[in-house]
Amino acid sequence: MPTMQDFNLRKAINFGLIAGVISLFISVIGMTTLLSKRQLIAGVLTLGQLLIFLAPALLSYQAAEKSSKKSRAILNSVVAGLAAATPLALLILLESLFNLRQFFINVSPDLIKIINFGQGTAAGMAILFAAMGLIGLAMGLVHLLQPQIRKSIFTGLVVMLIIGTFSELLTERLRAFFGVEFSKTIFQSKALLPSVAAIILIVVTVFSIVWTKTGDKIKQRLDVIPAGQKRTIKAGNWVVLLAVLFLLPQFLGSYLTEVTNNVGIFVLMGLGLNIVVGFAGLLDLGYVAFFAIGAYTMAVMTSTGALGVGVSFWLALPVSVTAAIIAGVLLGTPVLRMRGDYLAIVTLGFGEIIRILANSDMLKSFLGGAQGILNIPKPEFMGTALIQPGQLYYVVLAGCLLAAFVSWRLSRSRLGRQWMALREDEDVAEAMGINLVKTKLLAFAIGAAFSGLAGAIFASKLTSIFPHSFNLLISINVLSLIIVGGMGSLPGVVVGALILVGLPELLREFAEYRYLMYGALLIVMMLAKPEGFWPSAIQRRELHAYEDPGPVPDNAQTE
Amino acid sequence: MLKRLKNIDFLGLVLWFIRASIIAVVIWGSVATIIQNPYTTRNWIDFIVFGIAQGSMYALIAIGYSLVYGVLFMINFAHGEFFMSGILTATVLIAGPLSASGFLDEQPVWGLLLILAVSMAVSIGVALLTERIAYRPLRKAPRLVPLITAIGASFFWQYTFRGLYGSEVKPFPQIQALAGTVPLFGIDMLKSQLIVIITTVIMLVGLYVFVMRTKTGKAIRSVAEDKDVAVLMGIDVDRTITITFGVGAAMAGAAGVMYALVFRQVHFFMGFFPGLKAFTAAVLGGIGSIPGAAIGGLFLGIFESVGPALFLQGLGIPAPHQLKDVIAFTMLVLILIFRPQGILGERLAEKKA
Repeated sequence: MPTMQDFNLRKAINFGLIAGVISLFISVIGMTTLLSKRQLIAGVLTLGQLLIFLAPALLSYQAAEKSSKKSRAILNSVVAGLAAATPLALLILLESLFNLRQFFINVSPDLIKIINFGQGTAAGMAILFAAMGLIGLAMGLVHLLQPQIRKSIFTGLVVMLIIGTFSELLTERLRAFFGVEFSKTIFQSKALLPSVAAIILIVVTVFSIVWTKTGDKIKQRLDVIPAGQKRTIKAGNWVVLLAVLFLLPQFLGSYLTEVTNNVGIFVLMGLGLNIVVGFAGLLDLGYVAFFAIGAYTMAVMTSTGALGVGVSFWLALPVSVTAAIIAGVLLGTPVLRMRGDYLAIVTLGFGEIIRILANSDMLKSFLGGAQGILNIPKPEFMGTALIQPGQLYYVVLAGCLLAAFVSWRLSRSRLGRQWMALREDEDVAEAMGINLVKTKLLAFAIGAAFSGLAGAIFASKLTSIFPHSFNLLISINVLSLIIVGGMGSLPGVVVGALILVGLPELLREFAEYRYLMYGALLIVMMLAKPEGFWPSAIQRRELHAYEDPGPVPDNAQTE
Repeated sequence: MLKRLKNIDFLGLVLWFIRASIIAVVIWGSVATIIQNPYTTRNWIDFIVFGIAQGSMYALIAIGYSLVYGVLFMINFAHGEFFMSGILTATVLIAGPLSASGFLDEQPVWGLLLILAVSMAVSIGVALLTERIAYRPLRKAPRLVPLITAIGASFFWQYTFRGLYGSEVKPFPQIQALAGTVPLFGIDMLKSQLIVIITTVIMLVGLYVFVMRTKTGKAIRSVAEDKDVAVLMGIDVDRTITITFGVGAAMAGAAGVMYALVFRQVHFFMGFFPGLKAFTAAVLGGIGSIPGAAIGGLFLGIFESVGPALFLQGLGIPAPHQLKDVIAFTMLVLILIFRPQGILGERLAEKKA
C-alpha cells in the first residue's frame, strides 16, 4: 500500500512534534505542575510526568505501527520520541532566557524543575531528549512483539497506572479493612511501592496472556447455554447488581459514598436529559432550569429559616417534581415549533433567565437573591434524620432506580418509539400520525420531572442553595455525560456520570481543568466515537451504517 | 371571524397569550416610567450613546455568526471565545507591557493599532485551528453533531486561556488620550465610545465592500448560496470556508479591543455573554445578512441599555439593571419564537432546519 511506504522520517517527525505540542500545552496551562503532586509509584513516577510522556509514547507507537519495515519501525519511533522532546526543550530554553511567567502564570519554576528533571538548562534538555528517545525506543521494541503479548503488556501497564493513580483512596480503604500494617506493604506515602508496581504489572500481564488463550473457550461454552438458563443467569445478574448497590455504602466509607451521591444526582439528571436529547432528539441547553426549580421549591417549602414554610421533605418532594413538570410544559410550549440549534439556544436563554431571576433583587423576598436559602433540613425517615452520606445514599439510589425503571419502560413503549421517530425526522413522524405537541411536551415534562427530583434531593443534601450553583455549566455537564456515555443509552448515563462526575471528584487536583477536559472530550467524542462509550444498539447501528453496511448489527456486540 | 377562531390550535393560543402579555408589560412599564420620570434627558442620552457603543461591539461579533451561518448553516457556539482569546492575549502580552513602559500614552495611535493587530491575529489563529480540527471533519455529520462540537470547543478555549493567563480579571490600561469627553452635536461624548463607534462603522463598510466587491467576497457568497454549484464554478470551497471563519474572527478580535476600551477589563469568561448576545443580534437582524447583523447589534445594544430603565423601573422592580441580561435573553427567545427570519433575513432557519 502506498501509505505504508510513504511513512518516512518526515512523517515520524510530524507525529513527534504533534505529541510534543500536546505535552507543551498540558504543561503551559498548568496541569503538569498541579498533577505532579500526585505520586503514582513512590519516587519513580508522578501523574504530572505520566501526562507529559503519554502523548509522545502513544504517537511514537503510532509512528512505529505505520512503518512498513521492522527496522524502520524502531528508527521511526525513536525519531518521533526525539521530535516530541523539542517543544518542551524549547520551553526550558526560553524560560532560561526570558521571564515567561509574567505572561503565562503557569510557567513556574516548579514546572521547569519537572521538565528538566531538576538539572538546569543544558543538562535538563539533554536528559529530556534522552528520556523521550528511550520512550520512543521502548515503544518501537514493544511494537515488534507478538500482538497478543503486546496487548497484555498494555493491559498490565494500564491497570498498574490506574491503581497508582488512586493510591490515596485505596490506602484509606485498605487501612479501614485490613489495618495500617497491611496497607504499608503495598502503598507508601500515598503511592504504590515500586516493587509492588512491578508485581502488579507482571501478574496482570501474565493473567491477561493466559486469559486471551483460554477466554475464547469459556465464551464458547457460554454461547451453548440454552435460552431458558440464559434468562435465569441474566435475572441472577440483576439480583446481584441490586444487592451490591444496596450494600455499597458499607464498603465505600463516608467520603466515597458522598462522591457516589453526587454521581447519583447527576445520573438522575442524565436520565432526564437522556429522554429529552437521547430519545426525542430535542437539544436542551437550559436543563439546569428544572434542576433549579426543583431545588428552590424544596428549599422554600422545607427551610426552617426566614424564607421557608417548614413542611417535611416527603411532602415537599412531590410538589418539587410537580413544579418542575409544570415548568417543563410552560417552557416547552413556546418552543414546540423550533428545531435543532435554535431550540438549543432558546433553552439556553431560558436557563439563564431563571438563574438571573433567582439572583436578582426582584425576587429576593422569596428566593433570597444572591444569599440563597439556608437551613434546609435533611430528609427524615421513620423519625431519624438522614444525616450521614451513607443514609442519604438510599434516597439518591431510590430516585435513580425509579428514574431508570421509568426510562427503561418508556424506551420500549409506544411513546418511546414515537420519540425516536421524532428524533430521526420530525416531518416524517408527523406524517405518520404522531401528535408532535403531545409527544414533545411529554418529553420535556418527564425530563423536567427527573431533573426536579434531582434538584430537590440536591437542596436537602446540601442544606443551603445559592443561585450560582445553577449555572449553564451544570447543563453542559449533564449534556457531556450523556454524550460520553452514549445518547439514548441507559447504562451509558451511569458510565458517563462515573467518568465525568466521579473521576474529577476523586482526582481533586483535576477540578480546575474539569471543563477543559469536558470541552476536549466533547470534540473528541464527536470526531471519533459519536455513539459514546456504551451506545444503545439502535444508535450504534445508525451512526455506523454508512461505514460498513455488511454485517448484521447484532453480531457487532460480540466483538 | 368565528370560523377563524375555531381554527386556532392550542399552540397558537399559547403564543398569542405570550405576545399579548409581553406587549402589555412593556407598555405598562414604559407608561409608568414616563409618568414617574426618574431620569433626566441627559440620562436618557447617555443610555442611548452607551447603547450604540455596546451595540457596535455586538454588531462586529454578530458578523462572525452571520458569515459562518451563511456558509455552513451552523451556529458557531465558540465564536464568543474567538472574541475573548484575541483581546485577552493582546492585553496580557502587549497592552500591559506597553502601558508600563509609557509607550501607550506617548504613541496612542500606534499602540492601539498594535493591540488591534495582535488581537485580530490571535482570534484568527484560534478560529482557524478550531475550524480545521473540530469543524471540518464533521461537515457531513447530522446537524446536532457540529453544534455539540462547537459547545465543546467553546469550553475548551475558555479554560485553555484560563490556564494560560490565570483566572483573575485583568485591567486594560487607561490611555490618557482617550480619557474624558468631546462635545459633539451638543452633547458630551466619552472619547472611548466615540472611537468605538467610528471604528465599527469603518470596519463594517470595509467588510461590506469586501464581500460585495471582491472576488473572494463573491466566492463566499456563492458558497453560501450553493456549495455544490460553487465547486462546479471552480471555487475552492474549503479555502472559502476557512477565509469566512478568518474574516469573522478578525471582526471578533476587533470587537474585543472595543470591549476593552469601553469596559477597561478582560477575563477568560468574557466571551460567553457577548457571544450569546451577538448571536441574538445576528438573529434579530436576520442571520446570514451583514447589514442585518449591524442593525441587529445596534438595536440590541440600545434596547439593553435603555430597556431596564424604560420598561422595568416603572414596574417598581428594585435594581432593574440586574435584569438587563434577562431583557436580552427574553428578546432572543421572542425573536426565535415569533420571527426567526429577523428584521432583514430570509426564512433561512425554516429552510435548513
